[in-house]
Amino acid sequence: MAHLQAAAVKQIEEICDRYKDETTPLMMILSDIQKEYGYIPLEVQELVSEKTGISVAEIYGVVTFYSFFSLKPKGKVVIGCCLGTACYVKGAQQVIDKFSEILKIKPGETSDDGMFTLDALRCIGACGIAPAVQINGTVYPKMSVDKVAPLIEQYKEATA
Amino acid sequence: MELLNIKIEGQDYQVEKGLTILEAAKKCGYDIPSLCTYNHGECSLASCRVCLVEAQEGNGPKKLVASCVYPVSDGMSVTISSPKATAARRTSVELLLSNHNRNCQECEKNGKCELLYVAQVTGARENMYEGAKTPVTVDKLTPSIMRDTSKCVLCGRCIARCEKAHGLSVLGFERRGFNTIVGPAENRSFANSPCILCGQCTTVCPTGALMEVSEIDKVDEAFKAGKHVVVQVAPAVRAALGEEFDMKIGTPVTGKMIAALRRLGFERCYDVNFGADLTIMEEGTELLHRLTEGGTLPMLTSCSPGWINYAEYYYADLLDHLSTCKSPHQMQGAIIKSYWSQQKGYDPKDVFVVSVMPCTAKKFEKDRPVMEHDGIRDVDAVLTTRELARMIKRSGINFNKLPEEDWDQDIMGEYSGAGVIFGVTGGVMEAALRTVYFKLTGKEYGKIEFTEIRGNDAGIREASLDINGTTVNIAIASGMRSAKVLLDQIREGTSKYHFIEIMGCPGGCINGGGQPYVKPCFLPNEDDDILDTYKAKRANALYSEDEKQVVRQSHNNTQIQELYEKFLGEPNSHLAHELLHTTYNKERERFD
Repeated sequence: MAHLQAAAVKQIEEICDRYKDETTPLMMILSDIQKEYGYIPLEVQELVSEKTGISVAEIYGVVTFYSFFSLKPKGKVVIGCCLGTACYVKGAQQVIDKFSEILKIKPGETSDDGMFTLDALRCIGACGIAPAVQINGTVYPKMSVDKVAPLIEQYKEATA
Repeated sequence: MELLNIKIEGQDYQVEKGLTILEAAKKCGYDIPSLCTYNHGECSLASCRVCLVEAQEGNGPKKLVASCVYPVSDGMSVTISSPKATAARRTSVELLLSNHNRNCQECEKNGKCELLYVAQVTGARENMYEGAKTPVTVDKLTPSIMRDTSKCVLCGRCIARCEKAHGLSVLGFERRGFNTIVGPAENRSFANSPCILCGQCTTVCPTGALMEVSEIDKVDEAFKAGKHVVVQVAPAVRAALGEEFDMKIGTPVTGKMIAALRRLGFERCYDVNFGADLTIMEEGTELLHRLTEGGTLPMLTSCSPGWINYAEYYYADLLDHLSTCKSPHQMQGAIIKSYWSQQKGYDPKDVFVVSVMPCTAKKFEKDRPVMEHDGIRDVDAVLTTRELARMIKRSGINFNKLPEEDWDQDIMGEYSGAGVIFGVTGGVMEAALRTVYFKLTGKEYGKIEFTEIRGNDAGIREASLDINGTTVNIAIASGMRSAKVLLDQIREGTSKYHFIEIMGCPGGCINGGGQPYVKPCFLPNEDDDILDTYKAKRANALYSEDEKQVVRQSHNNTQIQELYEKFLGEPNSHLAHELLHTTYNKERERFD
């Protein structure tokens, strides 16, 4: 197995132990790891497999099924553009294209400096304020192409 | 047993409670077209919708239901042949085909493909739906198993088999929606995943998505290059090869198989049973040393390459328990390239050894770097039972009309009945005990058959044997799910055994990953319970051949005795170690 730091191994084992009495603990374990580290690489999946007895292939299947989980580290600023039906008909595609153009990354990618990740989301349940964009948990309502550049600047300044 | 009254196609039947419509219909004489062909719950997803029928419960509406999972109920009326049901089944198959690689003519699974079969019986129309296709992965990196997702129907049987046989599920569903594929984690190759290459997945795959990597071309090249091509055949092959030529399961075809091999142009045809006898001499001696001189116990057998892969991946700390013996065909290959070539006056470089095996992992085994001596590989190509059948079919040989012929008899044609039973779980143990008992007591074991250790299932069997006042505890396991129990005992220091036989595939080599496919839809003359009985039938074919042998103990094989006198010296001698023993990889990474 590749080389996780001892502290990380300890913490991941601790997360697995938290749910050892659950009949189906996998989602909870992965969810905690995703929140803690921002991604779930194969080395971590192997460790979870050893602790839980669930095969790596099955864990990998769950990680790749849910868009909430990530195999690669995410940026400091995670931009999620909702492309659900309501947002889409209100112009969400143009909004995400604008983010893509300015940040020079495609949906699903992270910028080289590790600052921004752009995600395409399915319906986030905010249809009343479509098109909606979610950045690090904050929801921005009724987005438009013009609002994209100032928003990016705002986050660049905040994290500078 | 509670009986239910149901109607199928308007006819009245009584069936047991608890059956699915598919099972009930089968008992009443109807074969509902289905992709799973009653695969014993190895697919329970009911997602393919190929077996749709119309069912009506009481006065309720007629509904289209998947008969593979829908239970029968009292008073139910089932219609299989209605226009609605037949059209629905046809559409299901056409939709599967729309995302399928339709190179059926060139696919090696042609003739054994369940998808092609249901396409035929449901009357699927040509190119009915065209559209986008899921991105394809083709993995041919291992010498054993190839995976081609363009032919996968996402039934998940391979995943279920891997889990059921080995507790592994190396394969899993990954990604989502239209992009879903089945593969090892990260869509890796089998070559850098902890797959033991047993090939069980290839035996349940309904299509050509998982198959062995063929080495027929290598054999052709050797013939073309004018090499001395020698073939050696594993015991389990003769118990199943006939199935490829429409014989009943369990028909031994040793004589016809040899006749076919000769007509295919092999210079010499040998039985790996000779190698099996040699293995017993080496392994038996090794066990005696360990018992009497305090070596690592329990000793574990090392004949099954799938099991060896598992040991290296998951129990590297227990590798010292493994016998250092090579598997029989590797031993015999090494002898063919040394002693035999010497006797024949051949340069070993001009000799090409082909092994016919019931196994896909043997293909990997023969490529292990340690399986050679002075740069001469022990074995050059491994064909599965299925590949041998393909070679016979393409050559125009009418297998069923062949005469019965016998193995080549010269310096290694003789074999004992002990060698034959290697092909079934418990066989190596039984063969070894016959010899170990003799070595320890100077007498033959009165009853030749150690029937208490026989069986053909995947469970654990154990026995104790009193040899000259010493109790020897033995255990047998096949399939890694069973083996794990015994291995964990060793790890915890609670194992009471001295000698453990482990085989990779559930039931042993007779059920190996390279054996003919057992697919009920292509076996109209077999009983309905064939999936439960085929292992026993194949095992009986081997046991009956053991009974026919005059020599039934490896140490009484005169040619083996001669080999030691003239060449090897004695079992576990220096030369024997160089040629017949091996080492294991303690550093094997599961995901490298």
